[in-house]
Amino acid sequence: MIPAAFDYYRPKDMEAVLSILAEHGDDARVMAGGHSLIPMMKLRMADVPHLIDLQDVPDLSDIVVSADSIKIGAMVTQADLIDHAGLTKAAPILREAALQIADPQVRYMGTIGGNVANGDPGNDMPGLMQCLDATFHLVGPDGARDVAARDFYEAAYMTDREDDEVLTGVTIPTPQGGYAYEKQKRKIGDYATAAAAVQIVKDGDTCTFASVAMTNLSDTPIYSADAVDALVGTKVDDAAIKAAIAAMLDDIDPSEDNRGPVAFKNHVAGVILRRTIERAWSRA
Amino acid sequence: MKDEISREERVDNLKGMGCSRKRVEDARFTQGKGNYVDDVKLDGMLFGDFVRSPYAHANIKSINTEAALKVPGVLAVLTAADLEPLGLHWMPTLAGDKQMVLADGKVLFQGQEVAYVVAEDRYAAADGIEAVEVEYEELQVLVNPFEALKSDVILRPDTVDENGKAVDGAHGPRNHPNHIFTWEAGDKDPTEEVIANADVVAEEEMYYHRTHPCPLETCGCVASMDKVNGKLTLWGTFQAPHAIRTIVSLISGIEEHNIRVISPDIGGGFGNKVGAYPGYVCSVVASIVTGKPVKWIEDRMDNLMTTAFARDYWMKGKISATPEGKITGLHCHVTADHGGFDACADPTKFPAGFMNICTGSYDIPTAYLAVDGVYTNKAPGGVSYRCSFRVTEAVYFIERMIEVLAIKLDMDAAELRRINFIKKEQFPYKAALGWEYDSGDYHTAWDKALKAVDYDGLRAEQAQRVEDFKAGKTRKLMGVGLSFFTEIVGAGPVKNCDILGLGMFDSCEIRIHPTGSAIARLGTISQGQGHATTFAQILATEIGLSADSITIEEGDTDTAPYGLGTYGSRSTPVAGAATAMAGRKIRAKAQMIAAYLLEVHDNDVEFDVDRFVVKGAPERFKTMKEIAFAAYNQAIPGIEPGLEAVSYYDPPNMTYPFGAYVCVMDIDVDTGVTEIRRFYALDDCGTRINPMVIEGQVHGGLTEALAVALGQEIAYDDMGNVKTGTLMDFFLPTAWEVPNYETDYTVTPSPHHPIGAKGVGESPHVGGVPCFSNAVQDAFRAFGNTHTNMPHDHWRIWKTANELGLHD
Ligand SMILES: Cc1cc2nc3c(=O)[nH]c(=O)nc-3n(C[C@H](O)[C@H](O)[C@H](O)COP(=O)(O)OP(=O)(O)OC[C@H]3O[C@@H](n4cnc5c(N)ncnc54)[C@H](O)[C@@H]3O)c2cc1C
Repeated sequence: MIPAAFDYYRPKDMEAVLSILAEHGDDARVMAGGHSLIPMMKLRMADVPHLIDLQDVPDLSDIVVSADSIKIGAMVTQADLIDHAGLTKAAPILREAALQIADPQVRYMGTIGGNVANGDPGNDMPGLMQCLDATFHLVGPDGARDVAARDFYEAAYMTDREDDEVLTGVTIPTPQGGYAYEKQKRKIGDYATAAAAVQIVKDGDTCTFASVAMTNLSDTPIYSADAVDALVGTKVDDAAIKAAIAAMLDDIDPSEDNRGPVAFKNHVAGVILRRTIERAWSRA
Repeated sequence: MKDEISREERVDNLKGMGCSRKRVEDARFTQGKGNYVDDVKLDGMLFGDFVRSPYAHANIKSINTEAALKVPGVLAVLTAADLEPLGLHWMPTLAGDKQMVLADGKVLFQGQEVAYVVAEDRYAAADGIEAVEVEYEELQVLVNPFEALKSDVILRPDTVDENGKAVDGAHGPRNHPNHIFTWEAGDKDPTEEVIANADVVAEEEMYYHRTHPCPLETCGCVASMDKVNGKLTLWGTFQAPHAIRTIVSLISGIEEHNIRVISPDIGGGFGNKVGAYPGYVCSVVASIVTGKPVKWIEDRMDNLMTTAFARDYWMKGKISATPEGKITGLHCHVTADHGGFDACADPTKFPAGFMNICTGSYDIPTAYLAVDGVYTNKAPGGVSYRCSFRVTEAVYFIERMIEVLAIKLDMDAAELRRINFIKKEQFPYKAALGWEYDSGDYHTAWDKALKAVDYDGLRAEQAQRVEDFKAGKTRKLMGVGLSFFTEIVGAGPVKNCDILGLGMFDSCEIRIHPTGSAIARLGTISQGQGHATTFAQILATEIGLSADSITIEEGDTDTAPYGLGTYGSRSTPVAGAATAMAGRKIRAKAQMIAAYLLEVHDNDVEFDVDRFVVKGAPERFKTMKEIAFAAYNQAIPGIEPGLEAVSYYDPPNMTYPFGAYVCVMDIDVDTGVTEIRRFYALDDCGTRINPMVIEGQVHGGLTEALAVALGQEIAYDDMGNVKTGTLMDFFLPTAWEVPNYETDYTVTPSPHHPIGAKGVGESPHVGGVPCFSNAVQDAFRAFGNTHTNMPHDHWRIWKTANELGLHD
């Protein structure tokens, strides 16, 4: 598990990052925490002759909590997310989810930017970002642009980001109502067998808003608009939850792996979504 | 001389047997100051690594090393063609088979060693590996041993004669070219007759899946050939350094005195580091060729995919009983998947290890066992993972058969065990499959265990849970896992145990220094078991010097006496016995010296903790420290100066530790997630040398058992690809997954061991696996489950629930 030789860059500003990317095209890649990229390089599944370390690039590590939105810099680590009191108050689901990613060692290194840019269906943040309707900020040779998290993922490791673009951060509207992030995994440090993110708003005893996204059950994260429709306007009773699960199952497309066969994954996805909705609703 | 401290204080100061002395090794391990093989760094040292086969079965049409040799830093690339003139392209295995060192025309498993790249550092070696071009011709892959026994595909050309007929193997005739051996124990016809005429017969087929011990430190070595003095030094992760020295000498022709094998600190072995690997041979050859030291260190994937695996036993059992539950007969057939080469490390006469301990803790009058070993396209290995020669398989088999029989009889499984246990007064007990159990008191241990967990209360709670489940009040079932195991360890008596002709005795050499401290060297080698701590305790009690004043040294064949190493829980039963016996020789001489110094007859002094006292006059004594000084510095008529002793110990029998385990588990039937609420482990390992070290061994072994039972496996797809080659998929539990273990004990000393100790290193693994598995199976008993195969990971448990109709 030795990577092929590579040149290491540690630019001091974004301009320099972009110029290295422009110069080397496909052969260059940015590195954030390195906890997805370096294992791939060591397995020689990723060949990165020019590795650009982002850690000295300024202004990528801030968390700004405003009245109606939250902006998180790409280099904010999962540990930072967990430790930030203001963030936990404004969007407790971030902390609940981040605590279920990997283990403390990985979380000290792994960043939100790397997690969402990576494009691995196993990553937890992409589904969460879709649930929260986040916007991703990208910068490239042609300037800055924004993409909705729900439009970002195309296939495993394929995203809307161009090779010469860098993700600078994410913005999420301050989440409302009850929340829950549930993840079934085989052990600490494992990617999800099935995971669900739910935000839900209760008015009286009726659901007026919901958001549902699933992780590691397709080659991209799955935001399930139909599951949302099945919940909004209901009292989130058993029938509504069943309808939401059925809708979600239509949207996902899990594949067999060491975690189990497709039938099992579908079943667990349903169980996990039910638990997530029930817990979120109980907090709404 | 007046004694200032009490006798109790003198006993405490010794830190001898029975005291929870802190491990002397831990100061260096916890400070990162251990010295492992990868810490060995020599001037000009090169690094070697393997080109490995991506295919499980293929012919090798060509190997082109040209491009690799052009990679900066790459010095040489060895292939089978280079080793053949030296006769080193194949090597003997410890099971009497032979194994390719580098692919000789074909490969038999994914990850097999194809070429060895020697480079200035490991980075250049990795680049060199990428540049070696190997042309493969894929062949039909056999990953199932039953298919292998029917197939026209012959895996090993050396198993057939020129007419294509299977030739005899190391353990007798083959009935198919892919068949390795048939091994039998017990009486076939009488057993079959008993079963045919029995009132009650339970049958079951079970697969004990392939897994791997995955020691934290992978395997590796540094070979250094000194061309000036002709000496080869080989550092490595060797659980049996002397055996390695002898084997290296036999296959290389280098005289044994010119070979020095050193096992430095070893980061876990579990049997994975007993055998000889191609990496050792290639590193030695590379060092001879280049004249420079050569290091080889596996990465995690190499280790998981290619080094000694564990289990892979397909077991078929029949057990018969009277309607009251008294067992009358046991029949077991095993189809054993050995992979591409038979590279187990069994004693020669035991190609299926001690599988014939499979009558377990029960008085079973008639039994028969047959094991068929089979070649497949999987990695070689077999005897590893705290299994002490297939004892883990045997205990799993019988502890499952008992449960299956209990279901058939509609009886409580704890009671069924109780009425079939070998009784205390039956020891030494001659079992139907040949072994003579040394000692045991199973009923006492069982009663203690069941009482400790409030067994009846657990069953009542479980029954209520089943009611609640049926009433839709809960989706969680509760399982009570039981296991009562009898281990067989301490191989072993030279009359029936040898490996490649090397008798399985062990040894200890003690040198007392004039000021009353000592060094003792043993033929064993610790891999984390804490030998430096516990062997010093044995000696402290035997020779009356404080354990803190005794250095224990192992692992350097230039200094340590010959021994067969550490595996199969043999260190305490064999080398521990040698230690006590050597200590007694020291004491015998000390007694003569004391008598001389005290001016009395030899028989008029007696040993007391740390001194010899004149019988009836305890105020007249000589401490062992005083005696040591006199031994060197006082001319004593008729006695040679010095105080040293050596003992080579050939045990008269194995030892038979046992234990009673109970696991309480909750299972979410919808997700297959398990939660271990309680785990109680009672171990009887005879005399207890260091209770804390025992507890540590039990915690470690149970954690491994948990892993194996609940998810750890080396899984292959139909093409022979390893699906679990990294720690992402290979389950290694962390503190998070591990429950709180309650440990307990009884003490039934071994009657034939000098200090009565039996060994404990493997017990918790051996007994733990069936206990965890039985808990899962038991949770579903009320719904019609009799048996499901391990590993009980989420999806397989879910599948069981699904098949039993528990999902709507
Ligand atoms: C043992 C282990 C267990 C894990 N378990 C989980 C888990 O349960 N859930 C989970 O979600 N993750 C898990 N991970 C992954 C971990 O969270 C990673 O840290 C994360 O996926 C990537 O973040 P990073 O900062 O390390 O990114 P890197 O590894 O540095 O980069 C990942 C990819 O994103 C690209 N990239 C990074 N930053 C940017 C940017 N700003 N702009 C554009 N592209 C960028 C890189 O070029 C690379 O392709 C685990 C990792 C390990 C090692």
